[in-house]
Amino acid sequence: MSFLSYLINGISLGSVYAIIALGYTMVYGIARMLNFAHGDVIMVGGYAAFTCSMTLGISPVLSILAAVVVCTLLGVVIETIAYRPLLEAASPLAVLITAIGVSYFLQNAVLLIFGSNPKSFQSLISIPDLKLADGALNISGETIVTIISCIVIMVVLTLFVNKTKMGQAMLAVSEDKGAAQLSGINVNGTIALTFAIGSGLAAIAGVLLCSSYPSLSPYTGAMPGIKAFVAAVFGGIGSIPGAFLGGILLGVIEIMAKGYISTQLSDAIVFGVLIIVLLVKPSGLLGKKIQEKV
Amino acid sequence: MAAILEVNNLGISFGGLHAVDNFHVTINQGELYGLIGPNGAGKTTIFNLLTGVYKPDEGIIRLDGQDITGRKTIDINKAGVARTFQNIRLFHQISVLDNVKVGLHNRYSYSTVTGIFRLPGYRRTERLMDEKAMELLKVFDLDTSAEILASNLPYGKQRKLEIARALATDPKLLLLDEPAAGMNPNETAELMETIRFVREHFGITILLIEHDMKLVSGICERLSVLNFGKILCEGETSEVLHDPEVIKAYLGE
Amino acid sequence: MTRMKNRKLRSNLITYGIVIAAFIAVQALQSAGRLSSLMAGLLVPLCVYVVLAVSLNLVVGISGELSLGHAGFMCVGAFTSAFFTNLVKDTITISGLRFFLAILIGAAFAGIFGLLIGIPVLRLRGDYLAIVTLAFGEIIKNIMNLFYIGKDSAGYHMSLKDQFSMGMEPTGKMIISGPMGITGTPKDASFLAGVILILVTLYIVLHLIDSRDGRAIMAIRDNRIAAESVGLNVMKFKLMAFTVSAGLAGAAGALYAHNLATLQAKKFDYNTSILTLVFVVLGGIGNIRGSVIAAVVLTALPEMLRGLSNYRMLIYSIVLIVMMIFNWAPKVLEWRERHLGRFFRRGREEVM
Repeated sequence: MSFLSYLINGISLGSVYAIIALGYTMVYGIARMLNFAHGDVIMVGGYAAFTCSMTLGISPVLSILAAVVVCTLLGVVIETIAYRPLLEAASPLAVLITAIGVSYFLQNAVLLIFGSNPKSFQSLISIPDLKLADGALNISGETIVTIISCIVIMVVLTLFVNKTKMGQAMLAVSEDKGAAQLSGINVNGTIALTFAIGSGLAAIAGVLLCSSYPSLSPYTGAMPGIKAFVAAVFGGIGSIPGAFLGGILLGVIEIMAKGYISTQLSDAIVFGVLIIVLLVKPSGLLGKKIQEKV
Repeated sequence: MAAILEVNNLGISFGGLHAVDNFHVTINQGELYGLIGPNGAGKTTIFNLLTGVYKPDEGIIRLDGQDITGRKTIDINKAGVARTFQNIRLFHQISVLDNVKVGLHNRYSYSTVTGIFRLPGYRRTERLMDEKAMELLKVFDLDTSAEILASNLPYGKQRKLEIARALATDPKLLLLDEPAAGMNPNETAELMETIRFVREHFGITILLIEHDMKLVSGICERLSVLNFGKILCEGETSEVLHDPEVIKAYLGE
Repeated sequence: MTRMKNRKLRSNLITYGIVIAAFIAVQALQSAGRLSSLMAGLLVPLCVYVVLAVSLNLVVGISGELSLGHAGFMCVGAFTSAFFTNLVKDTITISGLRFFLAILIGAAFAGIFGLLIGIPVLRLRGDYLAIVTLAFGEIIKNIMNLFYIGKDSAGYHMSLKDQFSMGMEPTGKMIISGPMGITGTPKDASFLAGVILILVTLYIVLHLIDSRDGRAIMAIRDNRIAAESVGLNVMKFKLMAFTVSAGLAGAAGALYAHNLATLQAKKFDYNTSILTLVFVVLGGIGNIRGSVIAAVVLTALPEMLRGLSNYRMLIYSIVLIVMMIFNWAPKVLEWRERHLGRFFRRGREEVM
């Protein structure tokens, strides 16, 4: 039974990674930048939901909604102020270093506002646990909601990208910015929209993450953020199904490593996966190879 | 006359599209050979194949009798092929002089430890490199700009610096990718003189891609015309430029 | 040409001069009793950060690659050197010699790690490289947390699980105890040793930059494809910069380890790597002297202005963002060129 429960926990954690990885993968696809601060947007989402539900006593659903709004706005503001001026910079490192600055800024701003002590986050999900096989296998309500949310988000996002005009514009910009501009697409607006969606998803990921792992600190988002990036690379950066696949696989690998090998080494194993993927198949499981123009 | 470059049946495709198909050319020692054709005809792709940036799907490339097909860029350079780029690729944040000295890298040697601890070989070798580099810069009238950053050079001089840097590697064959692009007629005329001088002075063979017909007809002895990845016509410059097919496909535009 | 040589020489001499002058000033203050114990305690860490920043600048500024795992190499240097010192502290009693050897060992091991990690990793493009170096830094830290090594009358014992599974006699002594790290390293580090290490680091880095190999490293940074076209082996020179940088970070780690009673791997986390990057960016990417000054000012200033220390990281992050936009945004550069003209042109060394 422990294998099965590890598997389910792994899929649950992987679902969170997948939702975060979507933000990375969409932004990378469209702006060719690694948004280092993405993990910290998750953390801000967690704090927003925490403040609404614990401090202000707003209902869970409205709290989640508020967190999504806060993060969406935050994402757009970050993109406009910090990243947009640098997207055409001579060195790709410029925007990457700026993203690290933004990450640092968010962590320290939250640290000043809420203090460094971890908050204990009360789960916003009130679905009873599911007991199977005479109680030998217990699936928590959080796990169920997390997995279902992830699937719903994947389906909706895939439909959005493939079926709507805005989604098509996103694809066009990620293929060729210049050509998209010529065909009348608002490139900057599309990039901002991508950040908005990615950040809104980060808020949901933040709430789900904190509901399952109920400790919230300014550094809560950093590690899951980095791991979700690993997931995005694993699945193939730029690919939405890739983010899903990479996220789930990485979550399962992490929980299995914790269960069967060593808790201390589980992070090392996750990062080991990244290194192996990049060395063996840098384009990831479902990614495309990008050739440099000479 | 000995052939310096022999290419046979060279081809590469990207995603099912034949970018270059059945390309062949034989260039003799000391020749000035031109490669022309409309945009997207595959000219730069041929340079990339010749210099190992792309690996050909088929065909053979021989340099001075030696098979260099599919070898790495740096090995092809060491075998004696140097090039310039259509979109200028200088080392923009180091000095003009240092750009040329980087080109000299494989011809003058001292160890890393010698460099760091300034052992005796350092000063001597650096002086030799400085002299050689200044000699090259003088050929292109760049000696007075030796100390400024390459990125601060005006456009025309940047193109010349690329040629100087390529020559610093002591090539047998020099590939010039649109050397006159963005130059005014005066500069182009001057460049033609320089290219001729380079060929005589360094005793090398030159293959160039160019759009400027004046430059091509002025200095190239023979030409190949490329269209849609295939050779449309080849031969003596004057004959090729009067070929009705060529006029229709390229010049008539 | 000679003018350029002289300018480089003078610039290097100024950099050494600043370090030596700062050393003399501190010595004078100390002998006059004007140095607070707080500042005195900060002197060795300052040297550590300067060496770290200069060595990271070799990778970020000169080689043009973003490494976020610098703390990992520092960690390797710190642990190997402290381990060595604990092994020989009863045999080699001259602390200066012992420390000299410890630094060499720390640097050598970190350099070897740099080489081994660099071989697979440096094939990757910029942002992937950043995340993989970060991953390696975390892996190194995690693995260091696993080691338990002790010594008793029967010799050395080692375990990757815990202290008790080593089967050591009760009288045995622990050298490395997992996450608790290494305790009992003699405090061999001193401000003088730190300053000497800074000077040696500057000597190595500045001379490497101004040599045949240094030019090749910068050429590859500026244009990889053109560098290959003139026959440069890209991997070789990227590895060279990465390895030298890792080795110097290891030396900094050794200095750090010999200034502390207890050395724990958790100190060498991602935040240390990022802080070092902040020094490099604020001092000017590619500007070696800038790294020295930034590391000193940004370490000492918040300690002196205690009230500010809560805001320190917040201010750093804002300055980091503003600096990047000011120096790299194409529109801002255009504006600067137009309105500030020659006075504010990006300096020769401000490159990436």
